[in-house]
Amino acid sequence: MILGIDVGGTHTDAVLLDHFQVKKKTKVLTNQLHLVVSLIGVMDEILRGEDLAAIERVVFSTTISTNAIVQGKTDRVGMIVASGPGLAPEALSVNEDTRFVSGYMSNRGIEVAPVKKGEIATAVSELKGAGIGHLGVVGKFSTRNPAHENEIGELARSDFRHVSLGHRMSGNLNFRRRIATTYLNASIFDLYSRFVSEILDFAARTGLAAPIYILKADGGTIEIRQSADQPVQTILSGPAASIMGILSLADCSGSDAIAMDMGGTTTDIALLADGVPLLEPLGVTIEGHRTLIRGLKTKSIGLGGDSRVRVDKGEMLIGPRREGPAAAFGGPFPTPTDAMIVLGLTEIGDRAKAEEAVSEIAGKMNTTVPEAARLIFEKTCQGVASAVKAMIDEINNKPVYTIHELLEGKKLAPARLFIVGGPAAAVAPRLGEILGCRVVIPQDAEVANAFGAALARTTAEVTLLAETERGSLTIAEEGLQMKIPVHFTRKEILKIGMEKLRERARKLGARDADIEMEIVEDQEFNMVRGFYATGKNIRLKAQVKPGLIAGFGKGGARS
Amino acid sequence: MKGLKKTGLIFFPAFDWAISPTHPEREERLLYTQDQVFEEGLLDFENIVEYKPGLATIEDINRIHICVPDAKSVITESHLISAGGAITAAEKVLSGEVDNAFALVRPPGHHAMRVVHGARGFCNINIEAVMIEHFRHKYGHKRVAIIDTDCHHGDGTQDIYWHDPDTLYISIHQDGRTLYPGSGFPDEFGGPNALGTTINVPLPPETSDEGFLHVLEELILPIIAEFKPDLVINSAGQDNHYTDPITNMRFSAQGYARLNELLNPHIAVLEGGYSIEGALPYVNVGIILAMAGLDYSHVREPDYNPESIRQSGEITKYIRETTKDVLDLWKKRDSFKAGIVKGAKYARRNRNIYYDTDGIREQQEETVRICDDCGGFITIDSMASTGNRIFAVIIPSRSCDLCRLEGERTFGSLNKAKLGAHYLFLQDRDRDIYLAK
Repeated sequence: MILGIDVGGTHTDAVLLDHFQVKKKTKVLTNQLHLVVSLIGVMDEILRGEDLAAIERVVFSTTISTNAIVQGKTDRVGMIVASGPGLAPEALSVNEDTRFVSGYMSNRGIEVAPVKKGEIATAVSELKGAGIGHLGVVGKFSTRNPAHENEIGELARSDFRHVSLGHRMSGNLNFRRRIATTYLNASIFDLYSRFVSEILDFAARTGLAAPIYILKADGGTIEIRQSADQPVQTILSGPAASIMGILSLADCSGSDAIAMDMGGTTTDIALLADGVPLLEPLGVTIEGHRTLIRGLKTKSIGLGGDSRVRVDKGEMLIGPRREGPAAAFGGPFPTPTDAMIVLGLTEIGDRAKAEEAVSEIAGKMNTTVPEAARLIFEKTCQGVASAVKAMIDEINNKPVYTIHELLEGKKLAPARLFIVGGPAAAVAPRLGEILGCRVVIPQDAEVANAFGAALARTTAEVTLLAETERGSLTIAEEGLQMKIPVHFTRKEILKIGMEKLRERARKLGARDADIEMEIVEDQEFNMVRGFYATGKNIRLKAQVKPGLIAGFGKGGARS
Repeated sequence: MKGLKKTGLIFFPAFDWAISPTHPEREERLLYTQDQVFEEGLLDFENIVEYKPGLATIEDINRIHICVPDAKSVITESHLISAGGAITAAEKVLSGEVDNAFALVRPPGHHAMRVVHGARGFCNINIEAVMIEHFRHKYGHKRVAIIDTDCHHGDGTQDIYWHDPDTLYISIHQDGRTLYPGSGFPDEFGGPNALGTTINVPLPPETSDEGFLHVLEELILPIIAEFKPDLVINSAGQDNHYTDPITNMRFSAQGYARLNELLNPHIAVLEGGYSIEGALPYVNVGIILAMAGLDYSHVREPDYNPESIRQSGEITKYIRETTKDVLDLWKKRDSFKAGIVKGAKYARRNRNIYYDTDGIREQQEETVRICDDCGGFITIDSMASTGNRIFAVIIPSRSCDLCRLEGERTFGSLNKAKLGAHYLFLQDRDRDIYLAK
């Protein structure tokens, strides 16, 4: 059996799956102050009377890291940044506790200027003297060579409760994002560590021996102990849970598709290419911090069933705010939901109240109530559809760097729309019409998030850079620098990369059956000295992409 | 931040295209530049926006080039993309979407002349000229200043705009006596109808930041101020850098950034620059920051040592003199025409043009009508070692009635057999007509 739990803003949902079928589901109110209380509460309830030995895995989607950052409940962090030449330090500082030090790696990962121990000692004593317990260490091009970060980390480690190193956050280039990501990681480290130990204590206490996973923003999972050192990997997993939910409830394979969750306040949109959700190219953004954390590319617009409808200078405006439930449910203002009730698209709530609210709009628009309802409904659908179109355009206009991709590159062309959420059934036909898509409304959508979390597989990536002339190979995420023979070819580098990816995925918690590896970047260049090729510069990136665990027929198990 | 500008970046490294595997113009030319731009996170700045290049069309090429036998035969897709990238840059600026734009694209174009029998100096088509005529066609006539800061004389751009009084072409480059293509001396000063709109400032080998910036401040900026262009374009070669393998200058990333800050171009288009590890990553980051109005003062090369690349006192003196001489020439530009024309109705140029990249030789006779009202209609008789011989008539932008009439009449009377030509061409800029027969 598999247990999936989604800690949402209002409710915490749990599903217990037996052979991929819902055996039990339960819902409790989320205790925002003590998320772990809700989690343990819901686990207690759903596991009551179950044979704990039969539980194969437990997956949480939790907002603990996100909330801490959004609500500013973070720890003060000292940052030691070896910035080297380039952007001015003012453009790199994340807080007033950032200290810039010497030490610089070139874009090939070759040391240009060394770390100066004296500077580190000064920075450490200043930061420690200020009572700071957490340190982030980031160097420019540290993913190309982590030696400086490791060196500074070693010099500082004994003076801080924890030291976060930049190259461990992601294998991607982007110094400013690496600084922000490392800072966030350090700032939630304590809070998240406590959460992990409380969960592990609970498991030990109750005798729950199954591996426990946490959902990440990319829709993948990570084993809870592995996540303790990298709490920042667990931010913004909410939208991921809902997309993975749609993937698990409907058969999304085959063609491109739109996945949409229309709620009361917002509508969240994601895109699937051949059934695989698209990721943010660089990383997710949280509270103005652009990070290197891989996340599903989602767009959230302030347009939902309960958005307030008003008329300003003869123009009808919908959203972006929700100011209570729909009028039909006793809310203060007319909403798209009220319009849908008036149009007979749904039979919920108090129809008279809905009509009364819409008539207020009709009066201001100088039209009949049914016409006003039609206008509200149409504007709602058009608003959502244009956000979808803008997102597709953005994807299709993403710059590419080879002639082949520019001329033959695949264009995203969704043919299906998967939609969940309160107003889904009412808006689906019209949205499908506008977007030219076949519409699918998955069943059991109320447990979609917990279901999605339960079935999400562990994701991992490795970024390799080999220079055969120097005989060097770097694997950024692992902080690994290896010697390779100068005669190594792309094929041999690829083999090493795939082995390392498999090892990494296992370490992060993947079962062998779920390690479906793919190459996402594969480039090979000559290195030329004078007018002779002296070696190869080989760049590879491989991943276990987001998806559902093996054994689960896509959508099939539900029908 | 003060003076922040919205900058468009068209980055197209063409990682799958090279002239040959070890040729300087090869796949990884912009690889380390990409690394540096990505690591610095430049694309995360709100005022730096990356755009995908559009594709230039055959019509865009035919608006400015006479390709033999036709455009399709002398280009590859990579050229349509790099010219398309330049067009996208111009498009974003002219539509007002951004304040300025940098087309960081390859392959380059400034050695491609009006007639194209093949590739010269790694260039097949002149991507700036294709861009300029595209936007002149779309947005109406514009006065344009092209400042060519590549280390090599941009003989192609000079050739294309030689007779155009509305396009100011200023090139600063390593002295032609010491470097390909061997041209670009101060006495190359524009055709008889466009004297002074071609300006050449040859600089001695080992000129450093100081020398370049002196020419910029004392010569280029004053001339631009007087010419009053609608658009300033930096034909931005990066091979003046002190690490460039095929040139002998001492320019640095700081110098390039400062140059772009002072020049303040609307559009910059990458030309040459082959120090792919030592220079390009830093020069490009410097240029992007400077164009966006961001602080570039911390950008420098790993081995930067200003003392070791300082120019000698002798060079400083020489550059000061050259600058003064060229400025004097510019001031007297209107006084030369009568002496050059000597009452003739037409002026003729006979040239031997070598296409080093493709090993083609061309013999060309170009005739322009002496005209005080427009650039003058042009005829070209060109014979290449490929065996092709062509004859072309060009009616320029904003042509006067007489040049149009004579141009049309000339084209109408052409006889292939009599001329011994395999192809006849008519390029009529104002009517956007391109005929080949």
